[in-house]
Amino acid sequence: MIHFVLLISRQGKVRLTKWYSPYSQKERSKVIRELSGMILTRGPKLCNFVEWKGFKVVYKRYASLYFCMCINQEDNELEVLEIIHHFVEILDRYFGSVCELDLIFNFHKAYYILDEVLIAGELQESSKKTVARLVSAQDSLVETAKEEANSISNIIAQATK
Amino acid sequence: MALSGMRGLSVFISEIRNCQNKEQERLRVDKELGNIRTRFKNEKGLTPYDKKKYVWKMLYIFMLGYDVDFGHMEAVSLISAPKYPEKQVGYLVTSCLLNENHDFLRLAINTVRNDIIGRNETFQCLALTLVGNIGGREFAESLAPDVQKLLLSSSCRPLVKKKAALCLLRLFRKNPDVVNVDGWSDLMAQLLDERNLGVLTSSMSLFVALVSNNHEAYWSCLPKCVKILERLARNQDVPQEYTYYGIPSPWLQVKTMRALQYFPTVEDPNTRRSLFEVLQRILMGTDVVKNVNKNNASHAVLFEALALVMHLDAEKEMMSQCVALLGKFIAVREPNIRYLGLENMTRMLMVTDVQDIIKRHQAQIITSLKDPDISIRRRALDLLYGMCDVSNAKDIVEELLQYLGTADFTMREELALKAAILAEKFAPDLSWYVDVILQLIDKAGDFVSDDIWFRVVQFVTNNEDLQPYAALKAREYLDKPAIHETMVKVSAYLLGEYSHLLARRPGCSPKDIFVIIHEKLPTVSTPTISILLSTYAKILMHSQPPDPELQNQIWAIFSKYETCIDAEIQQRAVEYFALSKKGAALMDILAEMPKFPERESSLIKKAEDTEADTAELSAIKLRAQQQASNALVVTDQRPANEPPQVTQLGMVKIPSVDHTSVDQELTEANGNSHEVDPQPDVLGDLLSPLAIEGPPAVVSEEDALALAPVEDQQNSVKPIGDIAERFHALCIKDSGVLYEDPNVQIGIKAEWRGHQGRLVLFLGNKTTFSLTSVQAVILPPSHLKLDLSSVPEIIPPRAQVQCPLEVINLRPSRDVAVLDFSYKFGTNLVDNKLRLPAVINKFFQPIPVSAEEFFPQWRSLAGPPLKLQEVVRGVRAMSLGEMANLLNSLRLIVCPGLDPNPSNLVATTTFYSESTRAMLCLVRIETDPADRTQLRMTVASQDPTLTFELKEYIKEQLISIPIASKPPVPQPPIATSDPGALLAGLL
Repeated sequence: MIHFVLLISRQGKVRLTKWYSPYSQKERSKVIRELSGMILTRGPKLCNFVEWKGFKVVYKRYASLYFCMCINQEDNELEVLEIIHHFVEILDRYFGSVCELDLIFNFHKAYYILDEVLIAGELQESSKKTVARLVSAQDSLVETAKEEANSISNIIAQATK
Repeated sequence: MALSGMRGLSVFISEIRNCQNKEQERLRVDKELGNIRTRFKNEKGLTPYDKKKYVWKMLYIFMLGYDVDFGHMEAVSLISAPKYPEKQVGYLVTSCLLNENHDFLRLAINTVRNDIIGRNETFQCLALTLVGNIGGREFAESLAPDVQKLLLSSSCRPLVKKKAALCLLRLFRKNPDVVNVDGWSDLMAQLLDERNLGVLTSSMSLFVALVSNNHEAYWSCLPKCVKILERLARNQDVPQEYTYYGIPSPWLQVKTMRALQYFPTVEDPNTRRSLFEVLQRILMGTDVVKNVNKNNASHAVLFEALALVMHLDAEKEMMSQCVALLGKFIAVREPNIRYLGLENMTRMLMVTDVQDIIKRHQAQIITSLKDPDISIRRRALDLLYGMCDVSNAKDIVEELLQYLGTADFTMREELALKAAILAEKFAPDLSWYVDVILQLIDKAGDFVSDDIWFRVVQFVTNNEDLQPYAALKAREYLDKPAIHETMVKVSAYLLGEYSHLLARRPGCSPKDIFVIIHEKLPTVSTPTISILLSTYAKILMHSQPPDPELQNQIWAIFSKYETCIDAEIQQRAVEYFALSKKGAALMDILAEMPKFPERESSLIKKAEDTEADTAELSAIKLRAQQQASNALVVTDQRPANEPPQVTQLGMVKIPSVDHTSVDQELTEANGNSHEVDPQPDVLGDLLSPLAIEGPPAVVSEEDALALAPVEDQQNSVKPIGDIAERFHALCIKDSGVLYEDPNVQIGIKAEWRGHQGRLVLFLGNKTTFSLTSVQAVILPPSHLKLDLSSVPEIIPPRAQVQCPLEVINLRPSRDVAVLDFSYKFGTNLVDNKLRLPAVINKFFQPIPVSAEEFFPQWRSLAGPPLKLQEVVRGVRAMSLGEMANLLNSLRLIVCPGLDPNPSNLVATTTFYSESTRAMLCLVRIETDPADRTQLRMTVASQDPTLTFELKEYIKEQLISIPIASKPPVPQPPIATSDPGALLAGLL
């Protein structure tokens, strides 16, 4: 089970956090601090796993961003490493060559996408196509609602002219 | 630049990004929070858009690590908005902002439930996602039935179903009762028939959780899992979108194999064959490829397959392939694979019979100890720790010591602890152990906890052979220019106790020792000063005749510290000063420390305790299991017919006992062993020598042979001590050592009640090797019913096993039960036939008898065969008092005053056997003060056999120790008068 997902920049800025196990805000900050210290200092040619407090953190660096997922000791590390990559590929497809800035200004989109990939700390969907379809369906739902609202306010505006 | 689609939010994020430092950022955040707070207070003017914008800002601030202690209500209230855009934001922000323990979440349960049971598919998805991510117990109780309904509904679309499956998984984790096992096995089997791989992946995750909780209910799902695995491995009917770099859903493959690992076996031969075919394909068909992701995915599957093979392959068809693969992996360049190779090799240690193959990779593993990656170094250390045994301990421990000098600080303590444990457990000889610990302190003093040096002191104290060596080593380290304070402590302690053993060596006179230790005093901390003061007192005690100069020096130090601010030091100084004025009396008070009672190594306990902190993997756990046998924890062999006791401390398995029933394998953790043993001190005495005794004293062959008549004379291993004497001692005591040789010690502890007895044999292995082919067979005489619980075939190094032995006395007899005990030492079979002290007097229960009771009985038993009389000659030289003591120790209680003649003894007891029940026995012994070598004995009871046997038994006790090779030489009576007539006259 994945206990949490962290996206941290090389400078230690948090870009996304998702907690599937209950952590208080204080614990969350502590976890982020400890793990940033451990992971950001690791050299490039090392393995993608760090051992931390009886857990394992699987991480991978993409450009300036570190994607980290914390799992149990007995979980399959490589499987989780590829969940990270799967998520990154979906982000990439959605944003069209994703970069850190996309994730900063559209952090809420990243959350929506993550919710289609993971639930309860488990992989929900391994088809990129399906995730893309679901996310764009959500987007269009929001768009439609916006248009409706606009048209209603137009009608009201027209009527009150 | 991609913007958020919300201008206000984008602007805020930019501003935060432009902050020069943390302080500015905080000011900006505080300003924004103030702004949001006022906006929320006046909710009327807020459009849905504003609300959305503000909760997003709140989430962003929260994500940066700031406390956001308001606005939760606004986020939660968005959930109940009628329109999708608001609802979506409400659900997402709530699930990020709150965790399952928040009270606010309760407010949302009803809304969430309405969305789940409503008709709107998109709302269902939002609600299921929230519950799946942060649902707690309360959610589990109120929503589980609705979620199940969605999962099982035939009209539900995959996008809802897969969310429902994982949502139910979350609820099950929070409260396993929400899934009713009875009905679920069939439903689960149906879910595994799902063709949509997205839904199947989620269902498989749910299944893994269910089956890990209770595999029994889900046997019917096992063949389905194998089918799924076959379908994926053969790439049959797998849509393109579900292949990942050409591999059919590696995640589903991994999960399916994980689920299979929760079943103990695969019984159906066809299913098993199919499964093994798939596994074989995976093991053989996975190649290293260039593409990183493809490589990772295929190896994720491969490692899971390895784990499954380790779990299922009891016949070891594929095990060698697995070990070979792992051997390859630990040497590859790719760090992930190297890491996982080491990790899985450690897991493999649990599989029997592969340890030797793993040992072949020792050099490679040691190389990994120097890997640039700390994750890999940790795995290598753990594996080395797990694979260490007597055969390679020296190499591994020395490697660890060497590595200690360069290891990262974060690993040093763990490293020192592990090296100390291994040195203790597998030391080929104890001087090596001392060397290792002293080196450890020398190289990494800061990381050597007190437990480690306490332990070495215990070993040295308990082992006389080791003392001069340890003292000498300590003396050598003191010559080094700068030594760690821990080294000062341990050296001072050892030299205080044992430096007198070195006295004749140059530089080791009490004075020299004092001077070199005292040099260190200015540099050490308070607790160490206390130790040094004790050392000085001991040195003073050992310098005989007293050296006045040294005495004055030390006295000066004592009087200096008499005013020390530290109470402990002050007290020691005052007391030692006063004591040292007492001259010779000092010797008694400051005598050498007694041996420590042996107990479980505190180090091993510590290693287990720190497990969680240091991210230990299986090796520590494996060790912990072995500890049950290795670290001298008493393992209690329960008889098979007794139900295993469930202990709070959990069961510990003895790995080496493989042929006995499960009940017997379950042994109690140390906490409970106290219960089994009402007299821990006695047991402690029995146990203590085992752990610490070095090579035992050589017993001359002649003695051994002469004194051990029933022993097989071909044995090359000679017993220590006199077997016959040990037997006789045990006839009158209830606990002690029955047999001992350089390898084995057998202790006995017995309890007797009426005609029944319970003995416990303590079979202790004194060596650092396993004793194999251990056999203990009882050759019972016809009058005893003996029931020995099974004895393990292997006794692990330095372990002790307890074997209870139930005894029932059927009828009176002097015959002795014999224990045929044998084991293999190297290639030699050592076999001993040992008499067991289940002798007739063990079934006596003394009762004092008054004159009024005695005489009628005595008279009513008129003559043979109930009352027998015999003149015994060749009686051992003993006074009347000694004889009375002897009878008392045989539980024949002497009743003084019953016989008016002071040269006579009258004793009574009650004898118990199944045939006679309780039966009073009366004994009268008339001695001749003029000739202590003869006496007349009269024995009476209501059972003729008993009378005869008892008479013979007492006779045996009174004449010299009955040894076949040295028959008592009857002393010719000094014929002053006819003894028979003389005695007859006395009565």
